[in-house]
Amino acid sequence: MSDFIPSIGLEVHVQLKTRTKMFCACAAHDEGEPNTAVCPVCLGLPGAMPVINREAIRKTAKVGLMIGSEISLRSTFDRKNYFYPDMSKNYQITQQALPLCIGGTVEIEVGGQKKVIRVHHIHQEEDVAKSTHMETSTEIDFNRASMALMELVTEPDMASPDEAVAFLTALKEMLIYADISDCNLEMGHVRCDVNSSIRPVGTDPLGVKSELKNMNTFKGIHRALTYELERQVQTLRAGGTLAQETRRWDDEAGITLPMRSKEYAHDYRYFPEPDLPPVVLTPDRVAAWRAELPELPAARRKRFIQDYRLPEYDAGVLTADKAIADYFEAVAQASGNFKAASNWVMGELLRALGEKGLSIGEVKITPTALAQLIGLVDAKTISSSAAKDVFQVLFDEGGDPAAVVKQKGLAQVSDTGALDDFAAQAIQANEKVVADFQSGKEAALQFLVGQVMKLSRGKANPQLAAEALRKQLSR
Amino acid sequence: MSTALFELGFLEAADALAKKEITSQELVQALLTRTEALEPDLNALTWWDAETALAEARAADAARAAGDERPWLGVPITVKDLLNVKGQPCTAGSGILKGYVAPYDATVIARLRAAGCVCLSRANTDEFAMGSSTETSVYGTTRNPWDLTRVPGGSSGGPAAAVAARLAPAALASDTAGSIRQPAAFCGITGFKPTYGRVSRYGCAAFASSLDQIGPMARSVEDAAALYQAMAGQDVHDSTTSARPVGDVLGDMRTAPNLKGVRLGLPRQHFAEGLDPEVEKLTRAAVAQCQALGAELVDVDLPHSPYGIACYYVLGPAEASANLARYDGVRYGFRAAAEDVQQMYEQTRTQGFGAEVKRRIILGTYVLSSGFYDAYYLRAQKVRMLIRRDFERAFEQCDALIGPVTPTTAFRIGEKIADPLQMYLGDIYTVNVNLAGICGLSVPCGVTPDGLPAGVHLVGPAFEDTRILKIGAAYQHATDWHLQRPKI
Ligand SMILES: [Zn+2]
Repeated sequence: MSDFIPSIGLEVHVQLKTRTKMFCACAAHDEGEPNTAVCPVCLGLPGAMPVINREAIRKTAKVGLMIGSEISLRSTFDRKNYFYPDMSKNYQITQQALPLCIGGTVEIEVGGQKKVIRVHHIHQEEDVAKSTHMETSTEIDFNRASMALMELVTEPDMASPDEAVAFLTALKEMLIYADISDCNLEMGHVRCDVNSSIRPVGTDPLGVKSELKNMNTFKGIHRALTYELERQVQTLRAGGTLAQETRRWDDEAGITLPMRSKEYAHDYRYFPEPDLPPVVLTPDRVAAWRAELPELPAARRKRFIQDYRLPEYDAGVLTADKAIADYFEAVAQASGNFKAASNWVMGELLRALGEKGLSIGEVKITPTALAQLIGLVDAKTISSSAAKDVFQVLFDEGGDPAAVVKQKGLAQVSDTGALDDFAAQAIQANEKVVADFQSGKEAALQFLVGQVMKLSRGKANPQLAAEALRKQLSR
Repeated sequence: MSTALFELGFLEAADALAKKEITSQELVQALLTRTEALEPDLNALTWWDAETALAEARAADAARAAGDERPWLGVPITVKDLLNVKGQPCTAGSGILKGYVAPYDATVIARLRAAGCVCLSRANTDEFAMGSSTETSVYGTTRNPWDLTRVPGGSSGGPAAAVAARLAPAALASDTAGSIRQPAAFCGITGFKPTYGRVSRYGCAAFASSLDQIGPMARSVEDAAALYQAMAGQDVHDSTTSARPVGDVLGDMRTAPNLKGVRLGLPRQHFAEGLDPEVEKLTRAAVAQCQALGAELVDVDLPHSPYGIACYYVLGPAEASANLARYDGVRYGFRAAAEDVQQMYEQTRTQGFGAEVKRRIILGTYVLSSGFYDAYYLRAQKVRMLIRRDFERAFEQCDALIGPVTPTTAFRIGEKIADPLQMYLGDIYTVNVNLAGICGLSVPCGVTPDGLPAGVHLVGPAFEDTRILKIGAAYQHATDWHLQRPKI
């Protein structure tokens, strides 16, 4: 590879999280009995007409705003013509001439190196139905037909499979953060066409491009690209020539194969969609959408390090998921003890979530309750080991930490009168240890503290217990 | 009542029903009886069901007895076979929609049903409205009630023949290049193509989306205006409909029975070579009548008018090629037996579509193909802009245009079917109204010596629909051409 430079470009289709479909009022959901979320519009019945889903436009424009695109104040829809059974009208309504978002960039980091990937444009379109090929027939589920999609097209700026995956990971993180899409790869929420070419080092024009269609896992994209780039290099080294072609990734065999030209050689005959007026936005509307944007992960990491004085590692873990980050911020702000908040969220909370296979949205312990729990530890009302028990109760059942402490009798004994009694009992019952301490063995005191803890059934505040012992032993 | 019930026009029927002089059941029965008697000769309808129609009529009568006062309660209409009426077949005159039953109401149907109308029957059309003679329908040719050897015009020849022959008081149809106005002229009735965006297209099987417009066909301008009023206005299902208020069309129409102060423009290009002398004579007589009613006449120019047909035969087929792609045998309608999907597509469309539809799909596919798009589609869009500007300039000089609807009266069945170009040229005075998205009205203006009706064309600026209807109504108040009927 060293004598060739790869150029990789991506066309990323993302299913948007909208309540209804792109051009009709049908519920937009992946599940449910086949062909139940359908209507004359998404089934392409005679006379049906599309109506633009404003929420989809808002979401796609927000993606553009996040990556610094220029938002078109006037964008239009076009018809893309081709016959396929999963396409109810045999044309797809998409944006070709005037897309919603123009330009933009996404920063990625691979091996400690930062790189900026340019985005050509993002346009709005509708999804097709889902085909399931059976032995002698094909079943088509139109529930997915006409669901809202955005398609983001990059420039061929990525130079390795790692960079391509880093781009997709960064994009996915952003889309989830801004609630644009669930980006569930198993559900096919993100589908990519991957273009790649190679050119000899020292030359400028891009090499002959091959396109891998419909890739839907990041791992698959990495493997396919690794194979494909190597194939291109081997072909050229062996003196062969590359054809501009569309190829298919065979995941099982781990190879790419050319598709029959019939499968992809379309003249799409784009023309303006006469049933839809242009999407016209005002600068005020775009500004309002910009104001709705959430803080993006990179900015949030920086802020966590600064405002909460967290180590870079903590900030990274906490901001990887927007819901976790939100939860942490709520705890940190309610308790004021940032490091403790970070330790609890990264430690106990993430562990418990992992154990139970729950998401942060499903937990019973509220950020306020966790902050109160931190407060109880800070006030030495409970020991940190007792706090873990309280956490478990709150995690499983919810409720108020003070009430749990009281109910379980976990409050530390800080009453000096009671501690003095325990200390006296411990001294009386352990003459030899007392003698050791008095002859200078500092460690012997720890044993006596342990005895006090035992006598108090774990509720003694260990520091106060040690003080009470010293006081009596020094008499 | 002295006249036969089937003679009643739309408003007359509504009035007689409101006064309880007749029942909807009686009216529907009279129309059904006449239909049974005349349909073997006319072939104007593609479907009707006596039982359903009578049940709807009885329900309307019962509602009225219970105090329901909806304006058009129990008034029957016929509907062009392009518009979806829930529970009735909707086949666009095509074999490819054989067996298809509409699962929903078009917006215009929903509005008219809400106002009480009974959808009595379905009327014949050229296949997917592609034609000017109703000869391309899979159900066969509709005959002109004035002369059964002649075409009724098209594509709304079925609705025109049905209304002229008194099989229904009025009809709903669609107009893409003249499909309402030309058959109205050929059959001696009134036909109105509203401004693009004034009436929802939702539920009308699309031919050319940027040109199609639904409108009424009736016995008088007032009847047409009543139907127009009930249908017009913004629709959430059709994003190309306008939010402008429709206003009180019927009320406004009744205010001025003369044409004082109205400036009528005569487009030079519409009184030029190719216009049949008899038609010209009747049209000029109508112009003179308007002048007598107080209208002022001005000559106007529509310099790009001769390019309208060519422009239309690029843009219309281009849109149609996409609109008709959905008829593939996968989800509904006709499906040919085949070995695989590709063959199924090919056979379904080969067997399901007729020759004219195939001709236009191929034409439309060609003009959109890579390498040809700029030369045809893009250029045609530019021509369309010029045609639109022609009208804008003309309307600076006048309030409405007046001229012939068609170059000739109804031609003989079979006369032009083998010569598409001759057939296409019949739309020369009407097509530009669709390209410009403005409104046009066809009003009967006399009968030629060989007993065939002709129509006068009134054209108004966008959203001045009421103005055109008012002029047409004033003309009809002073004349009785619209009361002439075929002797069938
Ligand atoms: Zn739907």
